[in-house]
Amino acid sequence: MAYVAVKGGERAIDAAHAWLAAARRGDGTVPSMQTAQIREQLGRAVDRVMAEGSLYDPDLAALAIKQAQGDLIEAGFLLRAFRTTLPRFAAALPVDTAAMRLARRISAIFKDLPGGQVLGPTYDYTHRLLDFSLLEDRPAADAPEAGAHPGPAPRIPDILGQEGLLEADIRSDAEPFDITRAPLAFPAGRDARLQGLARGDEGFLLGLGYSTQRGYGNNHPFVGELRVGEVDVEIVPAELGFAVCIGTVTLTECQMVNQFAGSKTEPAQFTRGYGLAFGHAERRAMAMALVDRALRAEELGEALTAPAQDPQFVLATCDNIEATGFVEHLKLPHYVDFQSELETVRRLRATAGSAPGAGPPPGAVPPDEPP
Amino acid sequence: MVADPASPPADPAHHARAAWIGLLARAAPAELAACLDTAPPLPDFALLRGPQTGLVMLRGRAGGGGAPFNLGEMTVTRASVRDAAGRIGHATVRGRDAAHALAAARLDAALQDPGRHAALRTAVLDPLAASEAQRRSTLARRAAATRVDFFTLATQR
Repeated sequence: MAYVAVKGGERAIDAAHAWLAAARRGDGTVPSMQTAQIREQLGRAVDRVMAEGSLYDPDLAALAIKQAQGDLIEAGFLLRAFRTTLPRFAAALPVDTAAMRLARRISAIFKDLPGGQVLGPTYDYTHRLLDFSLLEDRPAADAPEAGAHPGPAPRIPDILGQEGLLEADIRSDAEPFDITRAPLAFPAGRDARLQGLARGDEGFLLGLGYSTQRGYGNNHPFVGELRVGEVDVEIVPAELGFAVCIGTVTLTECQMVNQFAGSKTEPAQFTRGYGLAFGHAERRAMAMALVDRALRAEELGEALTAPAQDPQFVLATCDNIEATGFVEHLKLPHYVDFQSELETVRRLRATAGSAPGAGPPPGAVPPDEPP
Repeated sequence: MVADPASPPADPAHHARAAWIGLLARAAPAELAACLDTAPPLPDFALLRGPQTGLVMLRGRAGGGGAPFNLGEMTVTRASVRDAAGRIGHATVRGRDAAHALAAARLDAALQDPGRHAALRTAVLDPLAASEAQRRSTLARRAAATRVDFFTLATQR
């Protein structure tokens, strides 16, 4: 596709952007929103923008949400653009989710798992009735506290792995593929796929994950474990040469467990799909885990029948920043492009019209109608 | 990351230094600044690098324990200083707060000075460690209040 530059319109564009700024501010008699309010009170939106913008920075995500008037894809785009202006200092050591300081941890397959079930700040079991008390500016009740956590809460594969009934992780310290540094090639490794899914559009991942439940790609999932909490971020700065825990981030991890009939080389066992997401993002982590498992179909010798099992389809289309760029660019000037197509269509019609026995199709627009 | 060869540092002096560098990095910038107000003054310094904002790529492991994958990046700000006595201090802190990174780097240099270490530990490290422990305890206690025991009822068929 050829692009041809257009000139002109600067004044109109300036005026449009000034109006946009005014529209963003809204009614001036309503107090302006501080980014700290967004960070603290719209945390799930902040988490989504950090995930899709692929940048963990709650302050900047809150700023992006304010700037984008709450358009979360636009906000993710702003964050993604900002990250390209910064050098990368280091890669952190892989986070240890087994050592997560838990806010929430549930399993849908074992009710008595070591470390127990912790509901945390969940929307589960709420009645989804609008809470009109939030219209008033009342202080929130304090969260209750109780005697602290009894002992460690190992991850479900660490509990169930021993019997071989649940697929074990194969630990390695291989340098992972980085889709931000090298073009994605297919077949893509699981490292590249997980990176793509981790920043994929939540709605798209949800739809794909849901499709596997509706029979498009056959797997019957259970939430083996879902945990939300803080993990340590450790780096080994070159100037120090030893590991330092420079901060904590909140992550959501999902272990989705699926039945697997076995293959020529593997006995029947449960396999797993994995989801890991910035912030408190259960829907995202669960959807990611479903799609991760579906994308392992080929590796596990399953029939490839559904979109969610096709890595090229999923990874090429799950990024909403790329998707919105390509879809939304259609509204930018394509005058020359279209002109050439128009001429082609006119020529085709003229050729068809001059052919013996051919008349204009019923209801056709006369070719010389002004645009 | 106990299993990782890079952590914990083999040298006990490194271990202590890694602990205070981490504590300074994880501190809330306002709280660190407040601690510094009550601490003995830090020595003069020259900037060696930064403060400079950049990225750290966060990584997970496939399945939680398998091969690493890139999860997404995090903003960090780093600084390195040399104090009047020639001690070098480094800091990398989460976010974009240059003052935080600079204060942490200056403190890292000063904490290596045996003559200053005890006073700075009392004025800065101890209060920061106490607030971090308090934050973690609150999280654990709130989580504990939502601990649930599910009962399985007999299926009605």
